[in-house]
Amino acid sequence: MPKAMNDSIEIRLGGVGGQGIALAGTLLGNAAALYDDKEAVFTQTYGPEARGGASRADIIISDNPIAYPFVTRPHVVAVLFQEAYEKFGQELAPGGLLIVENDLVNARTDDADVVRLPAVKIAEELGNKLAANIVVLGYLIGATNAVSLHAMEEAIRATVNARHLDLDMQALNAGFTLAVEAGND
Amino acid sequence: MPPETAAKTVAPEAAQRVLTGRRFMLGDHACAEGALAAGLDFFAGYPITPSTEVAEHLASRLPAVGGRFVQMEDELGSIAAIIGASAAGARSFTATSGPGFSLMMENIGLAAMMEIPCVIVNVQRASPSTGLPTMVGQSDILQARWGSHGDYGIVAYCPSSPQECFDQTIDAFNTADRYRIPVFILMDEVVGHMAERVEIPAANEIPHVPRKRPRTKPEEGIFLSYAPDEDLVPPIAHAGEGYKVHMTGLTHDERGYPELTPETHDKLVNRLVDKVRLNALDIVDFDEQHVDDAECVVIAYGCTARSASAAVDQARAEGLRCGLLRPKTIWPFPEERVRRLLEIGKIKRFIVPEINLGQLRREVERLTQLPTIGLNHAGGAMPTPNAILEIIRS
Repeated sequence: MPKAMNDSIEIRLGGVGGQGIALAGTLLGNAAALYDDKEAVFTQTYGPEARGGASRADIIISDNPIAYPFVTRPHVVAVLFQEAYEKFGQELAPGGLLIVENDLVNARTDDADVVRLPAVKIAEELGNKLAANIVVLGYLIGATNAVSLHAMEEAIRATVNARHLDLDMQALNAGFTLAVEAGND
Repeated sequence: MPPETAAKTVAPEAAQRVLTGRRFMLGDHACAEGALAAGLDFFAGYPITPSTEVAEHLASRLPAVGGRFVQMEDELGSIAAIIGASAAGARSFTATSGPGFSLMMENIGLAAMMEIPCVIVNVQRASPSTGLPTMVGQSDILQARWGSHGDYGIVAYCPSSPQECFDQTIDAFNTADRYRIPVFILMDEVVGHMAERVEIPAANEIPHVPRKRPRTKPEEGIFLSYAPDEDLVPPIAHAGEGYKVHMTGLTHDERGYPELTPETHDKLVNRLVDKVRLNALDIVDFDEQHVDDAECVVIAYGCTARSASAAVDQARAEGLRCGLLRPKTIWPFPEERVRRLLEIGKIKRFIVPEINLGQLRREVERLTQLPTIGLNHAGGAMPTPNAILEIIRS
């Protein structure tokens, strides 16, 4: 698992329109660049490429300035949609972390490193399955330290609608706790 | 970023003109915020990818701080409207991409001839014609310099990051007002659609260069609207203030009245060109990395400069004497700096990577006999650091 493997981490989030993939990516960028004092660049699929089919949000987080803005070999791939898994799963860097949404993605590989995260189920139990993206974010930062939990909480507070704040905080912590527990096994 | 996310980020402080603080924002949004910080009064535009987020952002932000936002019928109307608003004293702005930039060319010449300041951002996509609407290009470099018929002076900035989109949009407004010229911000799709941290200073730290204004009162009746000062720039009177002003695209005398003679024309057009040319040292902006002892100098701008910067750092780590010159103003091109580097005499070759088929390379070739190697792509993709590094190594 790429726990701050070097001073730079490349993350690719994949899903389908409406799952909050771009929002999740933006939150990672906000957390890193505004509250953790790191450098961060965010890019996403745009135009016809993003309509229907798999959408993608890419984030690079680094202790140093980032020149080339695009993710080339992600250390972390998190996908919430089968087509996104097919498209982005094999781009993962060797030894990287693959997170798949357990009910929405049928991951073929038996690779022990695949994390099958029941993010939708957890979010539903918390009150709204739309918070599945935040559960994934919680797990992702718990497993990688890409950004601190505190920074992500600040980013969520500053960005999301106040109506969803409690739900999102619970979703974040649920995902984060799962990752920490998995790391302690 | 989907629009709803952007709106959420902005809504709580919508009435604040300068969003002082640290933000994580798109290059397009940073450009819009730069315009607001510079005191934008009036925006007229027609949405076009990949510049649409500039207009979209200003549609909510500009009216909230007391400005006017108009979605026009097309780009011909957009440029005409901002020239008119500027003649009435408003800081005026429009945003477009290649196809719209082409449509604006006629009135850009009119703004240059009538010396009406205006700022136009062109977020470049792969061209010619409608090309690849959602994909990156850098192929409007020479059009920005020469696109309207005739000789005239303009300034074009070329940001490489959302922070520079913010900073250079402010520079663009100040330069337009200072010299009474059209000023362009030549962004590109990559810079426009990437998000990074942007530091926005306090409102009282935003540089503001006012227009030169008449030094006599309207009732004195002696104001000549096209009589230049020593810096070749005439003070500007605004429509409705009571000065007797005539504006025309025809060749005109110092009152602004048509005077259709070769002598007047030659004098006027030379002044339009010289007010930029002779002030170039004050206008030119560039950035450098390891050029002092470099035998190989990469000249790159916009998003391409980011790959070039990574390539140059890597080449240095391999012990190669290589540097980067990054023009932040494409026009005027930092030619004095290039001449100075040539005089030092260490350079053996230049590399000019661009997302076009060699537009700025021509400018470098004009200055030197040394080998000038292009790394060119017609558009849709930006060169990787490795592609540039391979040429540095060869």
